[in-house]
Amino acid sequence: MAYVAIADRDDPHALHHPKSWVTRYVWSQDHKVIAIQYGLTAIAVGLVALVLSGMMRLQLGFPDTFSFIDPADYYQFITMHGMIMVIYLLTALLLGGFGNYLIPLMLGARDMVFPYMNMLSYWVYLLAVLVLMASFFVPGGPTGAGWTLYPPQAITEGTPGAGWGIILMLASLAIFIVAFTMGGLNYVTTVLQARCRGMTLMRMPLSVWGIFMATILGLLAFPALFVSAVMMTLDSIIGTSFFMPAILSLGETTDYEGGSPILFQHLFWFFGHPEVYIVALPAFGIVSDLLSTHARKNIFGYRMMVWAILAIGGLSFVVWAHHMYVSGMNPYFGFFFATTTLIIAVPTAIKVYNWVLTLWKGDIHLNVPMLFSIGFIFTFVHGGLTGLFLGNVVVDVPLSDTYFVVGHFHMVMGVSPILVIFGAIYHWFPKMTGRMYNDFWGKAHFWLTLLGTYSIYLPMHYLGILGVPRRYFAMGSTDFVPDSAQAMNAGITISAIIVAVVQLIFLVNMVWSLFKGKKTDGNPWKATTLEWQTPDTPPAHGNWGDKLPVVYRWAYDYSVPGAKDDFIPQTEPPAPGVVAGREHGVEHS
Amino acid sequence: MAVAVVLILLVIGSLIFHFWSPWWFTPIASNWGMIDETVNITFWVTGIVFVAVNLFMAYAVLKYRHREGNKAAYEPENKKLENWLTVITSLGVAAMLAPGLLVWGKVVTVPEDAIEVEAVGQQWAWSYRYPGRDGVLGTTSIRHVSPVNPFGIDPDDPNGQDDVLVDGDDMHLPLDRPVKLLLRSKDVLHNFTVPQFRVKMDLVPGMVSYIWLTPTRTGRFDVLCEELCGLAHFAMRSKVVVEEEAEFEAWLANQPSHATMVARAQTSAPAGQALYAVCSACHGAQGEGNEVLNAPKLAGQDSWYIAHQLKNYKSGARGTHEDDVYGRQMAPMAMTLADDDAIANVAAYIESLPDAKVSSKITGNTKRGKELYTTCGTCHGARGGGVWTTHAPRLANMDDWYIKRQLENFKAGIRGSHPYDAYGQQMVMMSKILGDEQAIDDLVAYLNTL
Amino acid sequence: MTWALVFLAAIMACVIAYLLSQTLNRQPWLANDPLENRPAGMPQSLDPRKIGLGIFLAVVTSMFGLFFSAYAMRMGLADWVRVDEPRILLVNSGILLLASVAMQWAVFAARRDELRATRRAMLAGGALTLMFLAGQWLAWQELRDAGWYMRSNPASAFFYLLTALHGLHLVGGLWVWANTVQRLFAEEKIGERRRSVELCTVYWHFLLLVWFFLFILLLAT
Repeated sequence: MAYVAIADRDDPHALHHPKSWVTRYVWSQDHKVIAIQYGLTAIAVGLVALVLSGMMRLQLGFPDTFSFIDPADYYQFITMHGMIMVIYLLTALLLGGFGNYLIPLMLGARDMVFPYMNMLSYWVYLLAVLVLMASFFVPGGPTGAGWTLYPPQAITEGTPGAGWGIILMLASLAIFIVAFTMGGLNYVTTVLQARCRGMTLMRMPLSVWGIFMATILGLLAFPALFVSAVMMTLDSIIGTSFFMPAILSLGETTDYEGGSPILFQHLFWFFGHPEVYIVALPAFGIVSDLLSTHARKNIFGYRMMVWAILAIGGLSFVVWAHHMYVSGMNPYFGFFFATTTLIIAVPTAIKVYNWVLTLWKGDIHLNVPMLFSIGFIFTFVHGGLTGLFLGNVVVDVPLSDTYFVVGHFHMVMGVSPILVIFGAIYHWFPKMTGRMYNDFWGKAHFWLTLLGTYSIYLPMHYLGILGVPRRYFAMGSTDFVPDSAQAMNAGITISAIIVAVVQLIFLVNMVWSLFKGKKTDGNPWKATTLEWQTPDTPPAHGNWGDKLPVVYRWAYDYSVPGAKDDFIPQTEPPAPGVVAGREHGVEHS
Repeated sequence: MAVAVVLILLVIGSLIFHFWSPWWFTPIASNWGMIDETVNITFWVTGIVFVAVNLFMAYAVLKYRHREGNKAAYEPENKKLENWLTVITSLGVAAMLAPGLLVWGKVVTVPEDAIEVEAVGQQWAWSYRYPGRDGVLGTTSIRHVSPVNPFGIDPDDPNGQDDVLVDGDDMHLPLDRPVKLLLRSKDVLHNFTVPQFRVKMDLVPGMVSYIWLTPTRTGRFDVLCEELCGLAHFAMRSKVVVEEEAEFEAWLANQPSHATMVARAQTSAPAGQALYAVCSACHGAQGEGNEVLNAPKLAGQDSWYIAHQLKNYKSGARGTHEDDVYGRQMAPMAMTLADDDAIANVAAYIESLPDAKVSSKITGNTKRGKELYTTCGTCHGARGGGVWTTHAPRLANMDDWYIKRQLENFKAGIRGSHPYDAYGQQMVMMSKILGDEQAIDDLVAYLNTL
Repeated sequence: MTWALVFLAAIMACVIAYLLSQTLNRQPWLANDPLENRPAGMPQSLDPRKIGLGIFLAVVTSMFGLFFSAYAMRMGLADWVRVDEPRILLVNSGILLLASVAMQWAVFAARRDELRATRRAMLAGGALTLMFLAGQWLAWQELRDAGWYMRSNPASAFFYLLTALHGLHLVGGLWVWANTVQRLFAEEKIGERRRSVELCTVYWHFLLLVWFFLFILLLAT
């Protein structure tokens, strides 16, 4: 069968060229503008979630002090905080933001394959965000059912926002899934179809691999959330009994009969667990590239890294019920899911080893992106290892629903990807703007964020072992929680507020540098990958000028023996005298 | 450079925190010591990896940090090293998984001789059911639940008649006897957790889940709900008492059976009328209340609430706090009621009294009061009519001065802080949302409008 | 959840097998690895829209698979009641099958560059699909007249939900179909429209397949 690279049918004039400011920056079909739109929206909504978490921490650290936080508010805050952070910030920023920006640039494409659908994806995402935010202003407020939205309580009276709030939440999720599907179709098709000449799959940078696999997971997993959202909406509005057994609702009998709350949990976690990897895999990929670039060394064990991404992606579909060990499901499932869950630790551990081994014998430039990457490895190792507690069914039992869980998933799914996101923003900021950020404040931001977050989440694990339950508005008096735990909670709250305020440094640094930062050339980090080889910085519409790049090598030719510089861009044809790979017995032509 | 040092310090700091922080498992009170063992194994395995990986990384950063003229090595992969690491990781994982699965096998296999006890969850309280002399729990259905039959026991099932019911009181368990706890929910998801027992499980409406354990230490432990179950989730508490078998049997013999409860519900208000004579001196012949004597209006209040409070007064769960001046007056009065039947009768009589419109005096910002009441209304009903399943009494058209005093008492811990006043403890936690006296006035003023 | 697992495991297995076949035994750091130096990209016959449609169908498969598995799991619970499926469903199935045949006919005609035959076949396909939707509506009426409402019991709730979702997918398809037909009538040559006809047809076949699964599931329970 004839293979034809996209380069061979390249037509730069076929692109949809913007004619006015509005089509350039608002109704734009340029993947880079869409990426920035996604990114800014996600960060804005993330700031809302950050404020919500601050309010929660005020209540937990200093109970009975803030009369403006009542239990209903508290449960609404935790629910919205969780949902916004997981879906509307992390998923949207890593895939909609970085996925959009990096895939075409790193693969040597002019744009996504379906630019119009890409644009639509952003606007539908924005609609989902607006619907979600609208729930703050409806009678009863947003839902307070916890981000897992378990029925029956999500739609019965005793839960805040059981009327309007939950319906808007479910509607917003359904809209988000539509947006994600439109984006996801683009990312996968672009990776499969629009790579430039020479860009084989195994020459793709790991960032693209991570985003690619995460998108496939998302496309297959989000339907589970969609299905459960549709069915719960019907239960709530029409009164069907998909998830609703015969129950009382605050003393009143209901018409529900025979539904299964556990069915919802299966569907939710069938989405929810892959969702963890939807967030983690892009972060894994991106951090690999940051480490390699700033250590001036090829990523160690590239093939193993790719296979690990594939293995993690595949396994992530058969571990979902480890979130349900104490849910009342058939307890014998525990054997199967504990085993699959701990197996997934092996490819994950391999990735960690390879990151650390990439540093070994490197030439480590401790730039801001590198600091964030090292911080990521530390927090991810911590969060990943505590995951082995919760994945192993019997160890999970005493710890489930405690602060141990809160500490664990914030380490592994909150702090770790966020550190990567920061690192990535600092790394690609010069490419996106043509200017350099302020290095001192970048480093200050890193130190305060890393130390602050660790001092928030490390103690939480121990409160959890003690038995302090999560999702408690107030602990009240118990026989097993000493006063010192409350003192620790106050300390955690102070750390949390510091970390939240510190993020202002980041915002100010970005805005200031956008206008006043030092101008840079197109490749300040001396990186090999294609996005740094564009003719313009920031890259113009169409990315590559008149001619698409041609790729001759993998993405990690750093410090190749015999080469003049310590990096060789992917676009550089093989030259005699460079002996990379000779030890494998292959001669150069 | 600094980052390497900080990494080392973070590792050391984590270890110090681990070994010297005061927070660790509460002393165990069940047979599940092996769960603690698996946690410890996991701590050792993961701890070693944590220290090794991070120290190696710190060393690498220290050793290979950029200096002028440095050049990185070129090493695409090292199959041998990668294979070794894979094997070692797999062994470490197996070392955690194997004991975990073995112990889980024990957790899911209930011993033959385990006694069955049912724990029932509802928003936001626990109740317990023991099989009676026949050793079999009666079948239940949500459709049978009523104030007379809060457990929903099938009236036609002979096995259910002698079931022993514990509603609003501690759960008791015998020492050193395996117990299978059957978990059932009447409304939403809950989770039965006693931190000292280690095992926990969700209660799922529409089905019965279970855990089993053998209590190994006497004492009185907290029962918590650990699955978000609505607004008052955090206040859904109870206690479990582990005691010697003989004490347990004695306690069990004193608890009412389902048949007794049903019979007690056939109370006669006329029988209560004679008993009410004592009460009427302060509370008025029609239960209209008398502020001068600090006796609140009783007419219009539900009998289950009156009965519960009288029992509290009798048992000392209410009216014993030294600052509860008026409660201490009430306590000896409650003593005049001989037994639970007398309490039931007098409560039934009070419920039959005509409900007159109460005069209100407290004023405040009713708009703010309404906002505050959204929390209260979850249990007490949107119109303040009281909800029997949440054990929340009627508030509308009751004496405002009394409600205000009780809120102040709850806030100050004068009422409800007694360890045997289960629902009072909920109010202690909930009353904390009323920041100051003005908030209480606003709330009570809003109640006056209902 | 076994249904969902079978569906998704199959899809994931294909994805991973394809990716592994592309990545096994590659040593990308070797600059002149012969396997790495051939031009990248997909076979020419596959255009991006076809890949996009394929991925979209995978997503829809995942969704229906999960609905089916929810159905199967709910069916296992004690209070399951059978719905008496309206007879008209059998007729509807026949009509949808004919619609698919007509669409396939349009593809053959388009490949032979027979514009008028393509137009006719497309119109027939669309009309049959509309008939199918009308037939589904009648089936709903019949069920409602028999006293089966959405909230009567889980079986009828699933019946309405699943048939409605399938119908909505057809309506979405009809929107694309309408665009294609309009262009077929506006243009003198088939040309680029051949691809659109093909894509429509793939979608129709897919929804026919979903319908047969759904129909069997509904009948069998």
